[in-house]
Amino acid sequence: MKVFVGRGSCGNAAGASEIFSMFEDSGCDVRTVGCVGMCYLEPIVDVQDGDGERRTFVKVDEKVASEIIKMVKGEANNADANSISKEDIDILKAQKRIALLNCGVINPDDIEEYIAQEGYSAVKKAVTEMTPEQVIAEIKVSGLAGRGGAGFPTWFKWNAARNSQNAKKYMICNADEGDPGAFMDRAIIEGDPHVLIEGMMIGAYAIGSDEGIVYVRAEYPLAIIRLEHALNQAREKGILGNNIFGSGFSFDIRIKAGAGAFVCGEETALIASLEGERGMPRLKPPFPAQKGYWGKPSNINNVETFANVPWIIKNGGTAYSVLGTENSKGTKVFALTGKIAKGGLVEVPMGISINDIIFNVGGGIKDGKEFKAVQMGGPSGGCIPKNLGDTQVDYASLAATGAIMGSGGMVVMDETTCMVDMARFFLDFTRKESCGKCTHCRIGTDRMLKILERICDGNGLKGDIETLEELSVHISDGALCALGQTAANPVLTTIRYFRNEYEDHITNKKCTAVQCKPLINFSIDEVKCTGCTICARKCPVGAITGELKKVHTIDTDKCDKCGVCKNICKFDAVEVL
Amino acid sequence: MECNCIKEWKFADPKIDAGLLEPTFEKYVGVEGSLIAVLQKAQDLYGYLPVDLLAYISHRTGIKPSKVIGVVTFYTQFRMNPIGKHLILICQGTACHVNGSADVEAAIRGHIGVNEGEISEDGLFTYNNVACLGCCSLAPAIMIGDKVYGNLTREKTVSILEEIKNKEASE
Repeated sequence: MKVFVGRGSCGNAAGASEIFSMFEDSGCDVRTVGCVGMCYLEPIVDVQDGDGERRTFVKVDEKVASEIIKMVKGEANNADANSISKEDIDILKAQKRIALLNCGVINPDDIEEYIAQEGYSAVKKAVTEMTPEQVIAEIKVSGLAGRGGAGFPTWFKWNAARNSQNAKKYMICNADEGDPGAFMDRAIIEGDPHVLIEGMMIGAYAIGSDEGIVYVRAEYPLAIIRLEHALNQAREKGILGNNIFGSGFSFDIRIKAGAGAFVCGEETALIASLEGERGMPRLKPPFPAQKGYWGKPSNINNVETFANVPWIIKNGGTAYSVLGTENSKGTKVFALTGKIAKGGLVEVPMGISINDIIFNVGGGIKDGKEFKAVQMGGPSGGCIPKNLGDTQVDYASLAATGAIMGSGGMVVMDETTCMVDMARFFLDFTRKESCGKCTHCRIGTDRMLKILERICDGNGLKGDIETLEELSVHISDGALCALGQTAANPVLTTIRYFRNEYEDHITNKKCTAVQCKPLINFSIDEVKCTGCTICARKCPVGAITGELKKVHTIDTDKCDKCGVCKNICKFDAVEVL
Repeated sequence: MECNCIKEWKFADPKIDAGLLEPTFEKYVGVEGSLIAVLQKAQDLYGYLPVDLLAYISHRTGIKPSKVIGVVTFYTQFRMNPIGKHLILICQGTACHVNGSADVEAAIRGHIGVNEGEISEDGLFTYNNVACLGCCSLAPAIMIGDKVYGNLTREKTVSILEEIKNKEASE
């Protein structure tokens, strides 16, 4: 029997590395696979018997692992309690996996496993049976659009780079996944690095490039290691290099580690960073397709975009375009996070509703709380409220709400999330990440943040909401790149859908979600308190005093409003005023 | 090629052995656009990039000091002050924010007794807030060395730090 352990960054953090060692030490035939996307079930272990039948075990701790080891050795069979539930299998089956096809299935460190899944057959087909123009035409038929955020048609970019006359062209992959709340690119590189390599090869053939670069975030060390390893294997096999599949097409890829700057997700900033400069965007045109890296024609696509390409070449553009909606074709990977019961990565056809994703695929809201809103598109996107939950997930429908598809991060919020605080959080992020080139973005985001901070501190003034709206327009108009142009989106959408919360903070000095600490105070209900002392013992700052079986009190000067006492009290005696 | 100027160059931090950078200079000599790679290697070697080291890098690569410092201050990865033995990265991504990363930071700050970027008295810890570690489903999360810790509470965070401390004490 073979044992498979899901070892993405998140699996490892949940303890998969230790589990893996246990299987190894016990002499099992164990191998690493990437992340299947069901992060709420980590660590996940698959056991495959002689007939190829695979059984999945979830939340595998050391105890369960030792039961599985006994089972593999035929000594006992007590691991059933941790078998994956039918409900979770259905969630997996309800997805349409193209970009994530092999994630969690194959060993990312073994090129042979990728080849066994018909890997590298698409690039072989492209370079030996198709002209570059035919490849571009196939991508056009598929309707594939950039999955990194902008949603620009992939074939159009490729065609522009193809038509740029130059002996030297670059194929660049943007793996600088900076959107806080999205991690599909990391999962693809960690779980199936060869699909990225193959996608880039096909693109390079289409535009006529012989050199590829993957710009990866420095915060993703495991992704860099796995990709480096995969590149070496592809070179050894003669798949990357000169005269690929005897076609005369030559191509190789190198990795460049980013140094941490969100703005480098913008094409021209990314190119500046590749050239060793400060990653600051420049005016377009000229577009990278005309003048990119070192002034040469360059094409930049996101990891997920490339991951779709081999499937499209293998199965045809039409097979891809029948998925999704009229204007948004194919599938999209979403990172479900926040207050969601079953968080992780899911890949679904475009056009499915937000409610479908959250309640059917994501299992609803954590701890039985109420769904309030979902942030889509990260700091450039917006908050979509519960009453718009029927909104279809496609580029146009999302844009109509004020949010964007973005890279597919979905941060789910419940009634304990304060929307003003969320707006403050995103502005804090964009202000830090603004490169400083455009005055409106550099200073405007700072002014907006100051206003949001004072609202959260209970010092909001009448007219603050209007000032925020005015600044939003100026920043959007005065910024060169998408970072500045979209910086105000989280503020504008929260004002649009949750204006009452802003007004509550400003006029009534109240935070109904109980998040803005200057606006709340904790106290103990004298009737309900039984004097069990647990809150006094658990208070991290020693602000609660009281004797056993006597009513306790909170010293508001010492209290740092962390809420530990409220969460731990069994008698519901801690009140928020 | 050994460079004679190493002997003349003085660094305020005696632990900095500029010779360790020689292979890096050799690798990137004449390679345009390699400043970030050189700086990443230097920070790997010394843990931080003090200003006199930057002056030396500028001297050796022929890149203007203003540009070197411009690049160092632009990217969040680079730091110009030394750090403790263990660097704690606190994820402040959206998912971690809504799941209580502020409490995790408060717990860490309270436990090690210093603010962001500073070194704890025992020299063991420095913490930095970072944008997103990409482990959103484990929110709130932190990273110490190459290891990610997820689903944190105040108590769990403190016990992780204690464990590292105890391990250090026993070594």
